[in-house]
Amino acid sequence: MTFTRETDHGTPPALAAGKPVTLTIDGQSIALPEGTSIMRAASLMGGSIPKLCATDNVASFGSCRLCLVEVEGRNGYPASCTTPIAEGMVVHTQTERLQKLRRGVMELYISDHPLDCLTCGANGDCELQDQAGAVGLRDVRYGYDGATNMGQAKDQSNPYFDFDPSKCIVCSRCVRACDEVQGTFALTIEGNGFSSKVSVGSNNDFISSDCVSCGACVQACPTAALIEKKVVEIGKPDRAVVTTCAYCGVGCTFRAEMRGEQLVRMVPWKDGKANHGHSCVKGRFAWGYAQHQDRILNPMIRASVDAPWREVSWDEAIAYTASEFRRIQAKYGVRSVGGITSSRCTNEETFLVQKLVRQGFGNNNVDTCARVCHSPTGYGLKTTFGTSAGTQDFDSVAQTDVILVIGANPTDAHPVFGSRMKQRLREGAKLIVVDPRRIDLVRSPHVVAEHHLALRPGTNVAVLTAMAHVVVTEGLANEAYIRARCDWDEYQDWAAFVSQAGRSPEAIEPLTGVLAADVRGAARLYATGGKAAIYYGLGVTEHSQGSSTVMAIANLAMATGNVGVEGVGVNPLRGQNNVQGACDMGSFPHEFSGYRHVSDGATRKLFEDAWGVPLDSEPGLRIPNMLDAATDGVFKGIFIQGEDILQSDPNTHHVAAGLAAMECVVVQDLFLNETANYAHVFLPGSTFLEKDGTFTNAERRIQRVRKVMAPINGHADWEIVQLVANAMGLGWNYTHPSEIMDEIAALTPTFAGVNYDALDTHGSLQWPVNAAAPEGTPTMHIDGFVRGKGKFVVTDYVPTDEKTGPRFPLLLTTGRILSHYNVGAQTRRTENVAWHPEDRLEIHPSDAENRGIKHGDWLSLRSRAGETSLRALVTDRVAPGVVYTTFHHHTQANVITTDYSDWATNCPEYKVTAVQVALSNGPSDWQEEYADQARRSRRIDVEAAE
Amino acid sequence: MAANEHDMMSNLERLVYMANQIAANFAILGEAEAITATAHHIADFWDPRMKANIRAVLEQNSASLTPMARAAVGQLPGA
Repeated sequence: MTFTRETDHGTPPALAAGKPVTLTIDGQSIALPEGTSIMRAASLMGGSIPKLCATDNVASFGSCRLCLVEVEGRNGYPASCTTPIAEGMVVHTQTERLQKLRRGVMELYISDHPLDCLTCGANGDCELQDQAGAVGLRDVRYGYDGATNMGQAKDQSNPYFDFDPSKCIVCSRCVRACDEVQGTFALTIEGNGFSSKVSVGSNNDFISSDCVSCGACVQACPTAALIEKKVVEIGKPDRAVVTTCAYCGVGCTFRAEMRGEQLVRMVPWKDGKANHGHSCVKGRFAWGYAQHQDRILNPMIRASVDAPWREVSWDEAIAYTASEFRRIQAKYGVRSVGGITSSRCTNEETFLVQKLVRQGFGNNNVDTCARVCHSPTGYGLKTTFGTSAGTQDFDSVAQTDVILVIGANPTDAHPVFGSRMKQRLREGAKLIVVDPRRIDLVRSPHVVAEHHLALRPGTNVAVLTAMAHVVVTEGLANEAYIRARCDWDEYQDWAAFVSQAGRSPEAIEPLTGVLAADVRGAARLYATGGKAAIYYGLGVTEHSQGSSTVMAIANLAMATGNVGVEGVGVNPLRGQNNVQGACDMGSFPHEFSGYRHVSDGATRKLFEDAWGVPLDSEPGLRIPNMLDAATDGVFKGIFIQGEDILQSDPNTHHVAAGLAAMECVVVQDLFLNETANYAHVFLPGSTFLEKDGTFTNAERRIQRVRKVMAPINGHADWEIVQLVANAMGLGWNYTHPSEIMDEIAALTPTFAGVNYDALDTHGSLQWPVNAAAPEGTPTMHIDGFVRGKGKFVVTDYVPTDEKTGPRFPLLLTTGRILSHYNVGAQTRRTENVAWHPEDRLEIHPSDAENRGIKHGDWLSLRSRAGETSLRALVTDRVAPGVVYTTFHHHTQANVITTDYSDWATNCPEYKVTAVQVALSNGPSDWQEEYADQARRSRRIDVEAAE
Repeated sequence: MAANEHDMMSNLERLVYMANQIAANFAILGEAEAITATAHHIADFWDPRMKANIRAVLEQNSASLTPMARAAVGQLPGA
């Protein structure tokens, strides 16, 4: 495959589909929507008007004067980027006069640009170089002896890209990309005229500026002024493969630009329907973990977790794994083993792991990491709407008038969608934030929330019910919608419940800490502000009432008629890239793929016929139940693919005890993660770059993952599971993941129309994809809810039993930061540690002062579950009485979190833990013991390996 | 099994806690409906051993269950 750039039409498409306008460009007639620029029109015709300051992901700017054209009947030479097409217009893009003008402009640019093309990192991939050729520049009459901007110092502070001001042509593309696409406003043009230059605000360099390293500026730069260090180091790519990011649930598509087998850079793909050519620091740059020296490339086994690892052949590792599971089942029973699928793996891989458990182990003991994040979404939305997924696509936000964000931090955890959201807010949409912490969205450049309900952790249901109280008692409910779309009797029961005086904003104010007036204001805005959409995250689900909160959200949306069209809806922002897919694929212990309960005889027969074995009709164990059963001595073996439950799951002591009680723990992963400390078999996994498959993002969008290099561990993950299955006698014979998807489609009605050919044709498809919707379903519940009538569920506020008191007076809540991903296994092995080298404890100044704590002090953080240490970050982002930390590093924040969980799903209550904080001298005894144990556990017996 | 050194619930205590928690969240439906809903929820989401263990609690230490949870466990098949 040869390397070609994506076509850049110079300016974005017309804002709305205007009426068609017919014009003539260079003798050819074309009809395009009103509002299209001449530059774009010419490009769409296959032509190319020279340009430098124009690029089609930011608004036209008209500064470079290179794109001049002639329009018959008009004076002068208008810039084609800023001139809209008009009916009957006759345009000439290539005339002798234009060529002369353009050469003159280019001459000025080149007179102040280094002529080091042969040694420049962008040589052969430089728009300035290309355009100099396009305008036929052969000489610079001004010479190079005058004043220039050349010879300025490079800013190499960012770990991923360099800024060389000498090569900057001050086209402002980087500034506009930062403003318009990313919405950070970190860059500006300082000075004017000859001395104007790109500046990173008042800071001296990129790394200490507000820049979030999303890469939009680098992508926009037409020269080598902003260039990836990897391009400088490796050289220009020679091929590109479109694939899907393996980080968060936005599911950005990228061009993996390669030079041979070496990945040079990941460039966000403009045709990607989730990201439209944008990216964040993780997907764009933080892929170095794939080649990190910590990766384990050979299978290993050991008889005891106290012994060092012994490298073995794949045959030995697989045979040992199969024999151990069979031995354990023979000794302890069919239900004594199980498996965990991963939201970081593909649909095909998770499908195979749950098939291995159901067909091979003969039970339903399979669960997935969604247990600890979005399992309440599955329960809540299936109960109320009839399907376990969000209602909209991401593009829907462009139609939204009121955005309600609850328990989510999109600019950190889903940054590319966070930028889309900010674009809409800058266009005038209103924002309500419900979060104990002042997330960036509450106030950022050109974005201010109308309401920030900084509720006490654990009171989501009370606040949402109070909002519903306002909607119903103030007559703001959409009765016509409810009568047509929902069960009216259930609505009346619900309306009577929320209307009770005890549910009013005034009544719950002492409980939630939110002023009643704010709740009333937010409810009125949500109900009356136009199209209103709710976006939520783990601050909703990871509570003892996570499922109730999801249903309370659904109630509010139905009551106001905000489901079933573009611009509205209930939208769970999924944490990991394939949370939606892992859930869709039957990873939960009570249901097959497509969310069909294992007790349903017809569904079970479908799978029994396909797989040739009887299947268990009883639900299996969820992850926390597996650990309980293990410490009870009846659950003895587990196959864990791409999960690190010792770091990610709550109550670390209990997780460790559960793992330690098992006789065979198999970990399939890239690295010797924390869970592997207790493993007996390690099967090296492959990265997303090394395999084919699909991921399904938060908008139900199924997208291809394409192999860009051979797996350096020898096998793609699906192949490894197949080896285990066949060693257990299951006789699988998949030769490509497309065949696994064909099986999924045959067994799963919502995936009936999905296959790799269709995905390649459409780019991506949003399920349901079936005969009724062969091209997928961007918006759900348009003509009615999947379950029939929408179900209002009365969600009583039941306070968590996790209480503050004299011993533990503060509430700990946890979250994520932009530069890291989940437990940090990948991002800690990249340069992203430059931004966030350690977890810190955010504590309010008044709480800090009461304890004599200063910024940067070491603190002990203690709950009834355990104790750890980390350093302080004193900030009023958190309210008094609340502390906050991330869980990306070896702080092991989950040694603090407890065993309380969501009543319906056992999703852990990560967001509410009563703690005490005090000054300490450094890492706790437990942390040091843990580190020592981990070191011992990771020993590899080199002699045995040799 | 006793609670551990970290003042956490034992496995059996946690199982009872979960049953009571489910019943508490359905309680708003009224007693009869809440009991049925709790029983269905346990039937739909708990594995056979968990169901057997909670049925054993009903027989041996039913006081640890709230009245509604107790009635719901009593409705489970095999109880």
